[in-house]
Amino acid sequence: MSSAATRSPFVESQLAAPASPLPGAGVPWLDAARREHLAAFAEAGLPTKHVEAWKYTALRALAQRKFSTGDAQAAARAIDASAFALPGVDGPVLAFVNGVFRADLSQLAQLPDGLELRPMSQALREDPEPLRFTLSRYEPEKGDVFVRLNAALAGDGVLLKVVAGAKVAAPVHLLFIGAPAEGDVAWHLRHVIELGEGSELSLVEHHAASGDQRHLGTTCTDIVLREGAVLHHAAFQDAAPGAALIRRTKLHLGARSHATVHVVELGAALARHDLQAELVGNEARFDTRGVFLLHAKQHGDTQLAIRQQALNTTTDSVWRGVADERARGVFRGAVLVEPGADGSDCNVQNKNLLLSEQAEIDTKPELVIYADEVKAVHGATVGQLDERALFYLQSRGIPQAQARGVLTAAFCRTVLDDLPNAELRAYLGDRLVAQLPA
Amino acid sequence: MLKIENLHARVAGKEILKGLTLAVNAGEVHAIMGPNGAGKSTLGNVLAGRPGYEVTAGSVEFNGVNILELPPEERAAAGVFLALQYPVEIPGVNNTYFLRTALNAQRKARGENELDSMAFLKTVREKLKIMQISDDLLKRAVNEGFSGGEKKRNEIFQMALLEPKLAILDETDSGLDIDALKQVSQGVNALRSPERSFLVITHYQRLLDYITPDFVHVLADGKIVESGDRTLALKLEEHGYAWVKEHEAGVVGEPA
Repeated sequence: MSSAATRSPFVESQLAAPASPLPGAGVPWLDAARREHLAAFAEAGLPTKHVEAWKYTALRALAQRKFSTGDAQAAARAIDASAFALPGVDGPVLAFVNGVFRADLSQLAQLPDGLELRPMSQALREDPEPLRFTLSRYEPEKGDVFVRLNAALAGDGVLLKVVAGAKVAAPVHLLFIGAPAEGDVAWHLRHVIELGEGSELSLVEHHAASGDQRHLGTTCTDIVLREGAVLHHAAFQDAAPGAALIRRTKLHLGARSHATVHVVELGAALARHDLQAELVGNEARFDTRGVFLLHAKQHGDTQLAIRQQALNTTTDSVWRGVADERARGVFRGAVLVEPGADGSDCNVQNKNLLLSEQAEIDTKPELVIYADEVKAVHGATVGQLDERALFYLQSRGIPQAQARGVLTAAFCRTVLDDLPNAELRAYLGDRLVAQLPA
Repeated sequence: MLKIENLHARVAGKEILKGLTLAVNAGEVHAIMGPNGAGKSTLGNVLAGRPGYEVTAGSVEFNGVNILELPPEERAAAGVFLALQYPVEIPGVNNTYFLRTALNAQRKARGENELDSMAFLKTVREKLKIMQISDDLLKRAVNEGFSGGEKKRNEIFQMALLEPKLAILDETDSGLDIDALKQVSQGVNALRSPERSFLVITHYQRLLDYITPDFVHVLADGKIVESGDRTLALKLEEHGYAWVKEHEAGVVGEPA
């Protein structure tokens, strides 16, 4: 609860009028929804450590900072798009700078058959009505004020749809660039993605920076997989070292659909990712592979929350964390197998490596099972490199620092083993290695 | 080549080596035998520089250099190789990558140029032929899922590739069936040369049927208590290690 007198500087700064009018402003139902969300955000304020979901991620420092509500110059900032090309990712590109769509950096000509892709800002200006249900709805999630903030202030994002039966071969590149501005900017993006029945899509979510800045970005992504749809989603978080990035990705999996999500987290001072999945259709499958590599005073927090709600569903989650120097990592892997989800399997594995005495990683697998005939496996470890392996490499002539690098890289790369895009896999592997201490 | 004098070493606070003296010349094969707990593996690990093995007295000179001062990787670059009793599995590190990284790290340390992947693969193929190893082993992660025999053969293969001046085989025969033992021995014999010395650490004389040593030493309670030619190994086989202890104590005479 906060009144005007007790609001934090952060909350106060977000109540200012947007730097430029939000797309869709003037649409009565949207204005009303945004007002309601903003009021709820102002009322709640930022969560404290007493809120379970934020127990290990303190927002005290963030609460004391002020951010401008958007970047009025975002559309005009000079950016070299070629710097953000990814090997093996040669399909359509939808690019945003400080939360604003940039047609000049995007590649939307000649979209593959069956793929509908456009920025939400365009839809809100041209024909907002079809988005009414999606943007008005709020699912109360305890403590999730960032979803409120995002709903109040997001004016742009990705609207993507694959029509039933379409198989989109070329990976779609969703590019989010943070660019230095006159001050610290808060930007918000809302993505709505739908894969029709039996369709296939490969998606690359890419957070990058064109220079250091301390912006705050929030994203809310909803992904729906209809029956039999197949999604390969790779998320590469390479934001500026000073940036704060708070993401919520929510997947909804229909019968026999299969989503595979690979996550590589390298950047940002504060990176929080809530990755949520609901397996609502029989035989749905959800695989996640992720790694966070933290150094300096980085704080990385991944909250995986899976609900298996239908018969014979399968989820498999393999995560690695590495923290060096004074970094702090948090991983929560929660799986709920609901009544009726009989015959389901779930696996959550999280191994972590501490490379310095000051680094810390908190990991917490949580499996709750209410169904029958369920096979559930989980494991979580935090430790140092295997001394026997280290000596083995050294005894073969590999200097200790290099040997540590080889072992740490192998530890991280495991999560990329089954990434089908070989060029992207090699690139991400190299980026992981490059970020390891020399 | 290798001169060990009055070596004392501790592991976890317990003194294991208690004044070991041994000299190995270029091209010689020395077998170190002894009962369990005598300090055989400790000797190998001390020479290779394994952390946790603390030298409290004595010296080890390798080609005139005091190697006790060097980290393991520098000993390796100088030409010391330890085939481990229990080779370590390293998931995620491809065997080929491991070998190339090791070879090039050693070459770099010696001021030699590093091998590119073509030159490296050519060398690997030559060595594979000597070792009769299928290249399938190279594509897998280091020792991961290898059988006991495969692990030991991989050790000898690494030795063939790294071409050390002093190879220490720490109970390379343990856990091997007779076919694997023969293969490993053939590999070792193929690498014998006037410039390369071997320290073959073993509990059983069986290995020495295949790798003929120039000298045999008996290690007991942290010291070499008996040295001789290969007939010493046969005597041990016949009389067991108890004989050595009694012999040391002067209880019985030289067996006939």
